[in-house]
Amino acid sequence: MTANALYELSNLSKRYTRGREEITIFSDLDMAIPHGDFIAIMGPSGSGKTTLLNLLGGIDAPSSGEVRFEGARIDNLSQAKLSKWRAANAGFIFQFYNLMPTLTAAQNVELPLLLTKLSGKERRKRIATALEIVGIADRAGHRPRQLSGGQQQRVAIARAIVADPKVLLADEPTGDLDRASADETLKTLQLLNSEMGKTIVMVTHDPAAAKYAKRELHLDKGRFVEKEALA
Amino acid sequence: MNDATLVRKNLFRKKARAILLIISIFIAFLIHGALFAFNAGMSGGFGAVAADRLVTMNRASFTVPMPYAYWGRIQALDGVEAITPLNWVGGYYQEPMNQIQTFAADPESYFIVYPELTVPADQFADALSRRDCAIIGRSVANVQGWEVGQRIPLSSNIWQRDDGTSVWEIDICAIFDAALDNVPTNYALIQYDYFNESLAFGRDSIAWFSLLTGDPDRNDAVAAEIDALFANSPNETRTQTEAAFGESFMAMFGNIALILTLVVGAAFATILMIVGTTMVMAINERIKEVAVMKTLGFPAPRIFRMVLSESILLSLVGGLLGLLAATGLVTLVGAAIADYLPGVHMPLSVALTSLALMLGLGLITGLIPAVTAMRVKIVDALGKS
Repeated sequence: MTANALYELSNLSKRYTRGREEITIFSDLDMAIPHGDFIAIMGPSGSGKTTLLNLLGGIDAPSSGEVRFEGARIDNLSQAKLSKWRAANAGFIFQFYNLMPTLTAAQNVELPLLLTKLSGKERRKRIATALEIVGIADRAGHRPRQLSGGQQQRVAIARAIVADPKVLLADEPTGDLDRASADETLKTLQLLNSEMGKTIVMVTHDPAAAKYAKRELHLDKGRFVEKEALA
Repeated sequence: MNDATLVRKNLFRKKARAILLIISIFIAFLIHGALFAFNAGMSGGFGAVAADRLVTMNRASFTVPMPYAYWGRIQALDGVEAITPLNWVGGYYQEPMNQIQTFAADPESYFIVYPELTVPADQFADALSRRDCAIIGRSVANVQGWEVGQRIPLSSNIWQRDDGTSVWEIDICAIFDAALDNVPTNYALIQYDYFNESLAFGRDSIAWFSLLTGDPDRNDAVAAEIDALFANSPNETRTQTEAAFGESFMAMFGNIALILTLVVGAAFATILMIVGTTMVMAINERIKEVAVMKTLGFPAPRIFRMVLSESILLSLVGGLLGLLAATGLVTLVGAAIADYLPGVHMPLSVALTSLALMLGLGLITGLIPAVTAMRVKIVDALGKS
């Protein structure tokens, strides 16, 4: 095991079968993500960026190879154990926010806490803190349709961090935002990484977004090409 | 917030749809509760019978008369503690529509065989002393506004007097009451002898006898003995418990329970399909939300429970409102018709059956959507925009 590695990927392959045709997304991929890293994964459409993120988040299984999180394999866990693992370790940020339309911002943020045994008081405290961190505490009682795209994404980030996960997995988090909102979102992610030590893996098409990461990984034809971080 | 909050918010996310579904379920349970409560009320008078009371009638039908002389022969049998003859008069007052259920009876033995009925001693003594006296039930007195001491012309739509008329002048000498609410007092008794002596046809005949054995365990033996006594005679008898007699009487109107079951079953089958289809559509509409919940770490069994709870909650809300409305309706109508059909109320058995049906409806309609939600593959669902 690599010292200080949060994730270790070894000989990771992902193949799909479409009809009689087998499509290889990537094969024999090796990679290590240390604690506190902020990686931007870039690459052309169909290069497997989102698939890789899904494997890191335990919501998809590799065709072969291993995914280790803090030294323990997660690729061979049962669905029930993966649910527990995700609830305890990973926060997810989606391109289209994926908030529950019937719940307020605060209730959306509270969702991951329903999987914990925290008291109501402790939950309220955490929700307030999470909303404060992303700068949207004044919109706690608003429903998603009453919020702008940028505000919704900030609520989604608050939902991702409220249970204090070790890693944030963001799939095109600025893909649906204007430039100003995107910058705000990325600054928030950068803050979470630098100030709170959250490890972040972000998939993006946007080179400007990738600059907020510590390093960029380009996935192309099933292989990584690493560039020095510019930010 | 907890899982119940999520269930409630999901159920009412489209208020119009939820309300329409609730109304559908409400109507189904209103129909079920009201119809079965009335059915129980109609059977209730027979349900309150004494366990040791038998009815002997003509083997062919209770509409075919038997000789009055059977009375003494049956009374002489061992095991017959008390017996009273009854003949159907088919009475009405002034207008044929204003029917007065009337029996030509022997009042003295009648109130021995029916101890659940009470009549003031002085009125009873007066009624026995005069042949043209009638003893009427409290409900008849209430409905007609009659009192002791009134003289009324009672007509029959079956029988005719030998003078060509169908009217018997009677004095109301006594009013009887029942010890229990579900024992009917909606009929009148006139003296058999007074009625019989003036008949133009069918004299000295009886529709049926009611008798007490004193011990339900002796019912079968006594019934067999009575029927054996008149075997191979022109008027063979059929003796059965009063409860069985009541059921066969109700069966003349058709198998009411079966008809009700078919009507309510058709309503439930329709509701089942409507609610089931709507629930499947509702879950399909938010399959992505289910995937997000699973991504956050909600385990599949918990999601299964939440979706199933949603359909059960829907069924319970509509069903309980329907049952409540049915109870209110039955109570109101029951009070209004108490003098004609006493004891109509919402029986506990009907309410419990309704509750079981609500849970069953919720489980059946929620099962497919719950399994669908539980099996959602996150990657596939999130891939759908």
